[in-house]
Amino acid sequence: MRCKHLVLGTALALGTVAIIPVAASAEDSIYVPLMTYRTGPFSASGTPIANGMVDYLNMINARDGGIGGVKIKVEECETGYDTAKGVQCYESVKSKNPIVTTPYSTAITLQVIPKAGVDKVPILSMAYGLSAAADGNVFPWVFNPPSTYWDGASIFVKYVGQKLGGVDKLKGKTIGLVYLDAPYGKEPIPLLQELAKDYGFTLKLYPVPASEMQNQSALWLGIRRDRPDYIYMQGFGAMNPTAVKEAARINFPMEHLIGNWWAGGESDVRPAGDGGKGYLSLDFNVVGHDFPVMQDIIKYVVDKGGSQVASKADVGENFYGRGVLNSMIIAEGIRNAQKLTGRQVITGEDMRRGLESLNIDQTRLDQLGMVGFARPFRVSCSDHSGHHAAYVAKWDGHTWVKDSDWIEPMKDKVLPLIDAAAKQYATSSTGWPKRTEPCDKSS
Amino acid sequence: MFYREAGQFKTTYAADMAVFPVLQDRIGFGAILAVAYLVLPFASEFLLHVVMIPFLIFSLAAIGLNILTGYTGLLSLGTGAFMGIGAFACYKLTSIFPNVNIIVWVIASGFFAAAVGVLFGLPSLRIKGFYLAVATLAAQFFLQWCFIRIPWLYNYNSSGSIEVPERTLFGIPITGPTATASSRYLVVLAIVAVMTWIASNLVRGRIGRSWMAVRDMDIAAELMGIRLLQTKLVAFAVSSFYCGVAGALLMFLWYGGGESGVFDINQSFFVLFMVIIGGLGSLIGSFMGAALIYTLPIVLRATPAALGVPLRSETVDHLTFMTVGVLIIGFLVLEPMGLARLWQITKQKLRVWPFPY
Repeated sequence: MRCKHLVLGTALALGTVAIIPVAASAEDSIYVPLMTYRTGPFSASGTPIANGMVDYLNMINARDGGIGGVKIKVEECETGYDTAKGVQCYESVKSKNPIVTTPYSTAITLQVIPKAGVDKVPILSMAYGLSAAADGNVFPWVFNPPSTYWDGASIFVKYVGQKLGGVDKLKGKTIGLVYLDAPYGKEPIPLLQELAKDYGFTLKLYPVPASEMQNQSALWLGIRRDRPDYIYMQGFGAMNPTAVKEAARINFPMEHLIGNWWAGGESDVRPAGDGGKGYLSLDFNVVGHDFPVMQDIIKYVVDKGGSQVASKADVGENFYGRGVLNSMIIAEGIRNAQKLTGRQVITGEDMRRGLESLNIDQTRLDQLGMVGFARPFRVSCSDHSGHHAAYVAKWDGHTWVKDSDWIEPMKDKVLPLIDAAAKQYATSSTGWPKRTEPCDKSS
Repeated sequence: MFYREAGQFKTTYAADMAVFPVLQDRIGFGAILAVAYLVLPFASEFLLHVVMIPFLIFSLAAIGLNILTGYTGLLSLGTGAFMGIGAFACYKLTSIFPNVNIIVWVIASGFFAAAVGVLFGLPSLRIKGFYLAVATLAAQFFLQWCFIRIPWLYNYNSSGSIEVPERTLFGIPITGPTATASSRYLVVLAIVAVMTWIASNLVRGRIGRSWMAVRDMDIAAELMGIRLLQTKLVAFAVSSFYCGVAGALLMFLWYGGGESGVFDINQSFFVLFMVIIGGLGSLIGSFMGAALIYTLPIVLRATPAALGVPLRSETVDHLTFMTVGVLIIGFLVLEPMGLARLWQITKQKLRVWPFPY
């Protein structure tokens, strides 16, 4: 009899699966699915990002009644930073007319890039994913503003040059790259190798295998022996706090250890305690909750109990702000699409046009309450990233403080690499469609 | 009552040795095939792409590991890496010879996996059980390292990932972004069905019997004239072949691109769990294991939303995790030999129902 129940249960369960995709969404709202990860080994970074993304969109709903009078329907889908689950999320939301895909994982981004043009849903991978996707002529459906990893690496080299008193002083120096031994971590290598040739510094590579993220003592002993002058770190998740702790242990000067923008979460340095003081990280959103936009989030969402943040102090943390910035790009993309098409309820195709002609200038930032929080940025039909500036943030033991001016990337070095990589992508996958989407004038 | 074989007489040896000796089984199997081939291709893309295609691919991988672990008794933790060999071999082959049909390369990539499998199977003559598991673990880590460190494997792609090109069969795209879920599903289904049929013949024939003899007691098998080295290496080769094809299918017909992280140690454990839950030494168990380990979490994740229960996405995930864990323990306590054995007992009970003796 037990088995009969089992059979019945299975049949019932299978029936449920068959029903799900049929469920339709209401026509008078804009559906924005957000892939997030609050579980798994990367949840420490994923949770504040998710909170920031959701809270900003909820704030827009509560304060302005949505965008252009249309409410945004926000829905999270848990990926756990796992590719297979990400694909599940992508497929399960597809029938509800999503207007954008935000994978928040390089691996999931690579998965969905070929599908975006077929399903007509643009991908917004903010400063992660495939660097080559910045080429809008090859990847009309993928957007990665404000900067790519290659921009980040070139900003790092510029910053080191500034510290040394001129890029010509880089000659003869040794620069280390501590990176996660996965596609994400290896991304900056070709650019750094080229810069090493141009400026005459030696590049030393220190790969951290994904399985050894929390066991880096041997690696750092090697670093102590090699004594690189500066270290760039392209890490994520549990790798970052471990690296910062190890660096503190071997007395590596923290001011010479610079993480990329995904190695700059509060949870990445806090475990190192006082030893983490002085650790540097690239950043493109400024930390703090004094900006009007953060105050609005506190007023309309957090105080009303609509947020999942543990305390008010979490609002305005670095990765929380990163999430807010990501949602701002989504919201502005929607607004722009509404303006272009004259329709209130937009589709994924409209959203693509909206994102492509996005131009957030100083006046718009002022209206958004984000002056000082982020920099103006714009994308164009041929350039989906914009290659914007970033600054270096310093951990003072409690929070991130701005340690440098905004530094522009070396576009002359980055753009040829993007060009070549995009061409290679298009030729290696036969049948990659030529861009047919018309180009809108920038707003 | 319905499942009774009274009156079904076997008059030939062939009938006695049939895979499905009972008429009801044949009808059931025919019905499953009919649904799989005639009804499911018209199902929604979600059902095909998220549920059916991966379920079939994981079943194939589980069959591969079952041949090694279930039938020959050699514990392996290198399944993920062997799947990876298949995927990378298929990628290299189709980039070098783009005009050859992709199906040919999917099958051919199995041979590359088989060759590597044989190489790493060599120690199996001297070491057994957990020690062999450690040796295959070394294969897993070494191959994973190769996938990251040999840029030739992924055509020097700057993101280090496989990008699946568009390939057609009879003019219909079956890989790449334009391939529909139905066409990909039918190709996967056909390959899995044929390979399952071959596996069922293999394990019932001379080779399969020698595998099982080695599994049950290798000294006795050796005394009976079974050459241990050859038998074990054939098991490694066939098993890796299946895993390799499964890996190529996974990358080309399911994911459609991705990085080597897909083929990490977790993948090996994932398939091993399928084999253990499904039942060691059983082909139907491989399918049941894949259904339970892969499909059940998807169903569970979708259930609260379908019932209209408002739960946060991460809460759903935690609940799914716990439920699946409890179910796995439950099933193993209920029947340590796996779902296949449970299925056998069910059939036996149905046969004598409603008058059990």
